[in-house]
Amino acid sequence: MSWQPVVLWTDALIFSLAGLILFAFSRKHPHGQLHDAWQRLIQMPMAVASGLILLVFVVIGLLDSLHYRPQLPAQPGHAPQYSVEVISVLDTLLQPLREHQEKTYSAPLATRLYVKETMVQPGGRVLRDYPRLQFGGASLLHPQQDWQRDVTNRIMRGSVIGVLFAALLAAVGAGLLAMRRKCGLGALYRQLLGENNRLPWRTALTTLTILSVVIAVMVELAAAYHVFGTDKVGLDVLYNSVKSIRTGLLIGTLTTLIMLPFAVLLGISAGYFGGWIDDVIQYIYTTLNAIPSVLLIAAAVLLMQVYMEAHPALFDSAAARTDFRLLFLCMILGVTSWTGLCRLLRGETLKLRELDYVQAARAFGVSDWRLMWRHILPNLYHLVLISVVMDFSGLVLAEAVLSYLGVGVDPAMQSWGNMVNTARLEMAREPVVWWPLVAAFSLMFTLVLAANLFADSVRDAFDPHGRQR
Amino acid sequence: MIVPLLRIDGLHTRLGELRVVDGVSFSVMPHQTFALLGESGSGKSMTALSIMRLLPEVARIQAGRIDFNGRDLLKLPESAMRDVRGGEIGMIFQEPMTSLNPVLSIGEQVIETLTRHRRLHKRGAREEAATLLQAVGLPDAAKRLNVYPFQLSGGMKQRVMIAMSLAGNPSLLIADEPTTALDVTIQAQVLALLRRIQQQRGMGMLLITHDLGVVAEMADQVGVMYAGELVEIAPRAAFFDHPQHPYSLKLFAALPDRTQRDARLANIVGNVPALDSEFIGCRFAERCEFAFSRCREESPGWTTLADGHAARCHLLETAAVPKSVSVAQTIQLAVASDKVLLQVTDLAVHFPLHSGLWANRRNVIKAVDGVNLHIYQGETLALVGESGCGKTTVGKAIVQLQPATAGRILLDGVDLSALGKRQLHQQRAYVQMIFQDPFSSLNPHLRVIDLLEEGMIALGVEQNAGRRSQILVGLMDQVGLPSRALQRYPHEFSGGQRQRIAIARALAVQPKLIVCDEPTSALDVSVQAQIINLLKDLQAEFNLSLLFITHNLPVADYLAQRIAVMYLGRIVETGSSEEIITRPRHPYTQALLAAVPSLTRPAAANIVNGDIISAAHPPDGCHFRMRCPLAMPICTERYPDEMQLSGTHSVRCHAVAQAERVAGLN
Ligand code: SF4
Ligand code: SF4
Repeated sequence: MSWQPVVLWTDALIFSLAGLILFAFSRKHPHGQLHDAWQRLIQMPMAVASGLILLVFVVIGLLDSLHYRPQLPAQPGHAPQYSVEVISVLDTLLQPLREHQEKTYSAPLATRLYVKETMVQPGGRVLRDYPRLQFGGASLLHPQQDWQRDVTNRIMRGSVIGVLFAALLAAVGAGLLAMRRKCGLGALYRQLLGENNRLPWRTALTTLTILSVVIAVMVELAAAYHVFGTDKVGLDVLYNSVKSIRTGLLIGTLTTLIMLPFAVLLGISAGYFGGWIDDVIQYIYTTLNAIPSVLLIAAAVLLMQVYMEAHPALFDSAAARTDFRLLFLCMILGVTSWTGLCRLLRGETLKLRELDYVQAARAFGVSDWRLMWRHILPNLYHLVLISVVMDFSGLVLAEAVLSYLGVGVDPAMQSWGNMVNTARLEMAREPVVWWPLVAAFSLMFTLVLAANLFADSVRDAFDPHGRQR
Repeated sequence: MIVPLLRIDGLHTRLGELRVVDGVSFSVMPHQTFALLGESGSGKSMTALSIMRLLPEVARIQAGRIDFNGRDLLKLPESAMRDVRGGEIGMIFQEPMTSLNPVLSIGEQVIETLTRHRRLHKRGAREEAATLLQAVGLPDAAKRLNVYPFQLSGGMKQRVMIAMSLAGNPSLLIADEPTTALDVTIQAQVLALLRRIQQQRGMGMLLITHDLGVVAEMADQVGVMYAGELVEIAPRAAFFDHPQHPYSLKLFAALPDRTQRDARLANIVGNVPALDSEFIGCRFAERCEFAFSRCREESPGWTTLADGHAARCHLLETAAVPKSVSVAQTIQLAVASDKVLLQVTDLAVHFPLHSGLWANRRNVIKAVDGVNLHIYQGETLALVGESGCGKTTVGKAIVQLQPATAGRILLDGVDLSALGKRQLHQQRAYVQMIFQDPFSSLNPHLRVIDLLEEGMIALGVEQNAGRRSQILVGLMDQVGLPSRALQRYPHEFSGGQRQRIAIARALAVQPKLIVCDEPTSALDVSVQAQIINLLKDLQAEFNLSLLFITHNLPVADYLAQRIAVMYLGRIVETGSSEEIITRPRHPYTQALLAAVPSLTRPAAANIVNGDIISAAHPPDGCHFRMRCPLAMPICTERYPDEMQLSGTHSVRCHAVAQAERVAGLN
């Protein structure tokens, strides 16, 4: 085997979360209310468009969560050795980007460095100029003349490939849909164009095309240039910002995953049992709410840093260290953010508890836990789902803020927050280095916007009160 | 000839795919009340909303004319329509709780309408508002202008709503189920008020209701709606004297009544047809017992009889007028044995006014305050009272859903309120409950079979899954549902069907006593009849005892052998149904009976005044004394003791006690 799998804690959690979601989907809910809500959701154009964008992010994030150690070049007579560096599948896919390191800053799509250097010409002349990049546009003989044509060519080629790819995906999708509806392609075509079509396939198709064109163009350009330029040490900014996707996703999802059990259990218990249990839980979360959360997070993160420095032996690789710190951040964010959902669930449970069907179940002597599980929890699903999706974007942004303050993820880990943090100096520099900030910003913006739009659709689809019939 | 105030011609309204109003034409004359009668889903409210052009977003008016004061309302621009709404046409809605803005005082709300539609200035508007509120019977109106809606009772809120709708000096008032959410005594007050105002102002009124009694009291003209269509139009007298359409006949037969205690109520089989397709024949054909071949091929046209009576039925064209609908075989009456199944003694349930760690536990609401009652095996006892009197709390305390503060609840000799958790669990199966709202009493996330099995599993009634499902199939058959319904979810059923499921769920654990908490009040008359029949059948079959909690005296009378009347946490009169209905002694019982709108008797004159008093602050002495026409000095001093009038009849009233003493002396 030329590689050795490495499962980081966060990897395990994120994949179990993905598994859980897949499992929930694969179970049949023939005609329950949730089923109707999902039906409504996939009929909303906005949900489909933002969902597709999110899907791209999720796929990248998941690829980046499959970690392994490559085998080092074999030395005869020795047991195979594995590299200390843990890399992910995504790293392998983006291998060229990772390895094409320049000396220092270079602007997006540039062919030369952003700083002048003293060079010795073959004739012995000493010259101060912007040197050619090692990789960016290296194939061009005469960058001044050829650059524009080359870039245009690549964009055109990328667009064509993107459109073709989108068409391929659409064909596969249509095939699957036809199989599901058990009809021929012609019949499907007629159904989709017909008056009763509820599937927003036009939106889906448009989003799909735009996405695949953008990606294909990027790929084409990245083959020969640094699409978003390079940073101070010459690393490709595109690579950095793509790697940051995983961090953002993890913070957004794992935090909720960690806090969800607490919020649900405590919220339901408080509402259901009332009395002193309710009082105690309420006091806990009001107290927690009264502490400024940034303060709490900063304190906890600093404590953890001290701990990690005191016990270096616990972590066998740099990846494990950064991973632990990320997980810890998720936990502490979870601790500070469960109160909102908990309060919401408590309030709703108070209402549900008085509902006749709960009373009826009590008249049957159904036990409290079973009652909460069967009669109360399912009626809170929509609230949980809505708040999870709504919280997601907030958490992604929180990561950026915290890393900027220096109490976020490990500085060695790629994250948008860290990129923003370094951009502080770059923006003050003359001439300004603007592209890392723009890259981080545009990816984060796309993710958060898509998540917010998706959250809105989810709320419309699932909230039984807010919906217009 | 008088020009109609409002003339609707061929109105078609669609709600999405549904033809909710499908070719409705009628006229409202000035000074007259036109009552639009129909069950839920018949399109009567949609007709009203179409007139006001206040339809929900997905609805649209497809065709028709609505002529009002010489203008077609459907052609008016929206800005002009806004002047009509609340101006020339006033509207009252069913739910007074939600149609008033909770953060504005009632004065501000009335004044707002006045300045909007009458262009009055501040001072003038204030005075006018006070006059209006006075006119609708709000005591101390001038001072009450600054009161907020939450400080008022439901009846008072409805009065404020009426005042608001009058603010624009309307010539037409549309009242959409104006009293459905109110108690009978309050309903009688509000109906009397509406009648008075209409006469004083000479308004036309379009009254939308499902209640034949309200129609009888209020209407000059009656229109019966069924499945989006008018099926009969008649002057009131003619309609009540000889209804023509088979549907109308059925509606009359479905009303519970003293005279037919031993007979089954007529129920209309089946459901209102789906409104999403074009109708070919008569809409009622599926449920009509007179239907013949022509009914399914051709939609009946209007046949006009003498005195403006018209109906749409093929039978009338052939002049073979159905005289009455057949009412099925007499019911097998459950024979109540003399074995006492349930004995409740001095039951009290108090709620703390405040809760929390540092709450004062001495401030309590005495929701139930010393209730005694007993039920024989196989008997039905009806517990009657208005909202807030504590009747539901009594029911919940008996089912042990509400811990009792004091008192004993003996079921078959076992004191339920003294049992520990484990022992109570064993007794749970014997007493079950059916709830009022079939939409909130079934968990929407569970299949019917899961709902029904839940109790059986929790109480260990039948451990074997195979036998369990056999029992359930049998039960479904007994409550009149197909066994394939077991696999479906509650939202696929109508209100009546859901109530059947709820009944099956209670029966599944083989109870001895079922507490029915207003099980029919959320249902239409025809469906109510089905459920009442079903309850009667099941009672006879399983020798069940029923505690039937209701506010509806006719239903109580029809179903129960004995009736107990409750007022503010205490039972004020109990007796056999016969005694309570025909010889009520307590002034409250008499008031309740007088307030029930009747088909035969003219509108009640002696309506009790005043609102229902909150149980948080009951008056000293007799609780009823603020509203009692017979109140005496002694009534303020102490609560009257119970007095036996006959073996079954007892009452708590000083006046009755005095009268009996006088009678005893002579
Ligand atoms: S037309 Fe036929 S089906 Fe319709 S009500 Fe008359 S008799 Fe019944
Ligand atoms: S005791 Fe007095 S106040 Fe109470 S009902 Fe009898 S007469 Fe009226």
